[in-house]
Amino acid sequence: MIPLLSVSDLSVGFGRTPQANEVVRGVSFELADGETLAIVGESGSGKSVTALSINRLVDFGGGRITGGAIKLKRADGGVLDLTAASEPQLTRIRGAEIGMIFQEPMTSLNPVLTIGTQIEESFRLHRGLTGRQATAAAKDALDRVRIPDAARRLKYTPNQLSGGMLQRVMIATALACNPRLLIADEPTTALDVTVQAQIMALLAELKRETGMSMIFITHDIGLVAGIADKIMVMQNGEGVEQGELNQILDQPQHPYTQHLLQDVPHFASGRATRSDGRRDKATDTEPALKVNDLVVRFPVKSGFFGRATGAVHAVDGVDFDLMQGETLAIVGESGSGKSTTARAVLGLVRSTRGSFSASVRKAAAGQSALPIQMVFQNPYASLNPRLTIESILAEPVIATGGRVDAATRAKMATLLKRVGLPENSLERYPHQFSGGQRQRLCIARALMLNPSVVVLDEAVSALDVSVQARVLELLVDLQREFGLAYLFISHDMAVVERIAHRIAVIYAGQIVEIGDAKSVLSAPKHAYTKKLIAAVPTIDRRREHFEVDTRQVPSLVRPLGFEPGPARWEQFGADHRVRVEA
Amino acid sequence: MRMLRAVFAHPSGRIGGVIVALYLLLAVLGLLGLTPHNPLMQYRIDRLHAPDSTYWMGTDLFGRDVASRLMMGIGQSFTVAFFSVAFAALAGTVLGLAAAWFGRRWDGVLMRLMDVLLAFPAILLALLIVAVAGPGTRTSIVAIAIVYTPIFTRVVRGPALSLKAREFVDAARTFGSSSSYILTRHLLLNLVAPLTVQITLALAWALLTEAGLSFLGLGTQPPAASLGLMLSDSRNLMETAPWLMIFPGVAIMISILGFNLLGDALRDIFDPRMRRAIA
Repeated sequence: MIPLLSVSDLSVGFGRTPQANEVVRGVSFELADGETLAIVGESGSGKSVTALSINRLVDFGGGRITGGAIKLKRADGGVLDLTAASEPQLTRIRGAEIGMIFQEPMTSLNPVLTIGTQIEESFRLHRGLTGRQATAAAKDALDRVRIPDAARRLKYTPNQLSGGMLQRVMIATALACNPRLLIADEPTTALDVTVQAQIMALLAELKRETGMSMIFITHDIGLVAGIADKIMVMQNGEGVEQGELNQILDQPQHPYTQHLLQDVPHFASGRATRSDGRRDKATDTEPALKVNDLVVRFPVKSGFFGRATGAVHAVDGVDFDLMQGETLAIVGESGSGKSTTARAVLGLVRSTRGSFSASVRKAAAGQSALPIQMVFQNPYASLNPRLTIESILAEPVIATGGRVDAATRAKMATLLKRVGLPENSLERYPHQFSGGQRQRLCIARALMLNPSVVVLDEAVSALDVSVQARVLELLVDLQREFGLAYLFISHDMAVVERIAHRIAVIYAGQIVEIGDAKSVLSAPKHAYTKKLIAAVPTIDRRREHFEVDTRQVPSLVRPLGFEPGPARWEQFGADHRVRVEA
Repeated sequence: MRMLRAVFAHPSGRIGGVIVALYLLLAVLGLLGLTPHNPLMQYRIDRLHAPDSTYWMGTDLFGRDVASRLMMGIGQSFTVAFFSVAFAALAGTVLGLAAAWFGRRWDGVLMRLMDVLLAFPAILLALLIVAVAGPGTRTSIVAIAIVYTPIFTRVVRGPALSLKAREFVDAARTFGSSSSYILTRHLLLNLVAPLTVQITLALAWALLTEAGLSFLGLGTQPPAASLGLMLSDSRNLMETAPWLMIFPGVAIMISILGFNLLGDALRDIFDPRMRRAIA
């Protein structure tokens, strides 16, 4: 029996001398009809390049296949070596026999064409359909990916659809011609967890319906447990381990696979929460940060004169307190108001109402202090590329009226050492550091002013999984050493589980559940929390069937003067409150 | 130093750099009066003398040495171009930063004003200003500066708006940095690259505008020389003394070529996507 796809000893290089610059070295695997292979690795491991070599899209990115063979079994039973195929041959194969979906649905679609036109293109090219026939085929394609009201959605342009919907459209386009192989390159990474669960469920269903094979590329080994038959783990351009799903997950042989499975944060339903710093003993002390009835609204203007006709209730009556040495994680999906909460606490957005107080800790003589500091999500954007590290670390001190003297320099050196950066970093520029190192720099900068509270807004989300684990460790160490309180904003349950003492789940601008991390994660009470936790991929959930749920987040736009009713809370256990659902 | 090496590693940067350096040298010599002859001296016997070993580029209707006048003219044209571009860049940067920083009404009013200025062709607007203020070197500097200010305002405002929304600016706000610190260290420092490119290209346009104004008799006033003025004087003698037209004409052409090549090279060098291709 000839496999559908057989890749042997594949090497791919880039640049003028591809042989000397190989990013994929000697990768081999086979894929039978109807099988799913997951390629798992971190950024730079060569997983995407391997996949892009199969449909030879890698050529357009400047890559060159330097060795090996990619044999595809054609529909007529013949075998074609794709490394030697001509461009016209490849054009016929792409889309018709090998479909592909990409990471960013927002940028993979042309913003000025309707989605109908873009789906029809595939039918026109490969099946020769035109006019009404093509439109009918496009509608069927949208029906197939469970987009409600497909006929009307065909006339939408991409900006009118959510990320999850767009990814469905991408899948519909890729599957338009019933390819026998679908390559999915991190198709859910840019999406929220609940949407990710829906897309994964959809892919699993479609695979069952059509019997196609799939290559699924991801950095999250937990995600593939639900869908893959085989796994290949890649590191530095080489396939370090491959085998059946259960064999890889249960008896990993290669140290890197073991590292991915053990050291990297995986969601464990509350079993991996922190055991230090329990709340009960500290209830009588002054909280490091207390937020009372925080409300942030943005006016919605419409009409010719731009009168305010309503308001976006981004944050609607949020209260919490944060003790010294404690981490409160605020979790929620995009648009839930978690980042706005953080920004309002720091004064980066003006709050409409509400109060917050933070305790200023005593600074050492001659040193200035600010009670709250922040670490941002994107370590590449939060450091000015034109300043040296010394100027970057000096800025908070200058801003608070301090002078850059010997004491400040000593503090810089100590902090740099503490966050694990080399001592000669001071005269270097941000671009000379990796993403993880830059995030350490941001942490050092936040600590320059002896804050009592550090707001971490998705602070590890942009980092590779194993770097994530190390930065989390650093954060926990620093918290113990300096007695810091963290307000940890995140969408990633696995990360939250490792660092949070308490968790607040935020939905549509309101906290719906707050309490002890273990209690919230292991026994969620609110319907939304349950849905959120059920959607988190874990390696324990192999081949579990997800419900396809297409409900959308409700609109946050309210008429002028609208006030939500008072919140009613139900208490579960010592430290676990849930908002009563209306 | 590193910048200079990068310019010379770039093919068009090399040519442009050499041309611009040569012109700068000629301009300085011309301004210092270190010319082969006195550019104002009228050698009456040698009127309309063809180029030879004494008069490298011939003489004009009054018997003045064209080569010396060309050097003086380059000095004059470059002075006008440099001062006007300097003022335009300064004003444009301040206005662009103000528009981006204060936003809302400021942004609207300032940018609409710039749109009005941009709606006129450059030379026409300069003519209008000079016509109102009277001809002369100073007024042409002011006129050209006003004409090119909107371009700098736009070049600064766009990137400044995007920089303002970057996380490092948010970070600066969280530790309470002053507006002036954010504007200079975080915005202006990151605008150096686009500004440098724009200044180089604007110099070429300013040279051309100055030549145009002088040609029409509204820029540099005789007996001083400028490239445009020399070209204008040569109009009626095109057939009897073609050198009077050829040398200043070619001088203008090559200088603009030089600045454009240099500007292109700088744009490539500052563009990180191109950096790898050159290195």
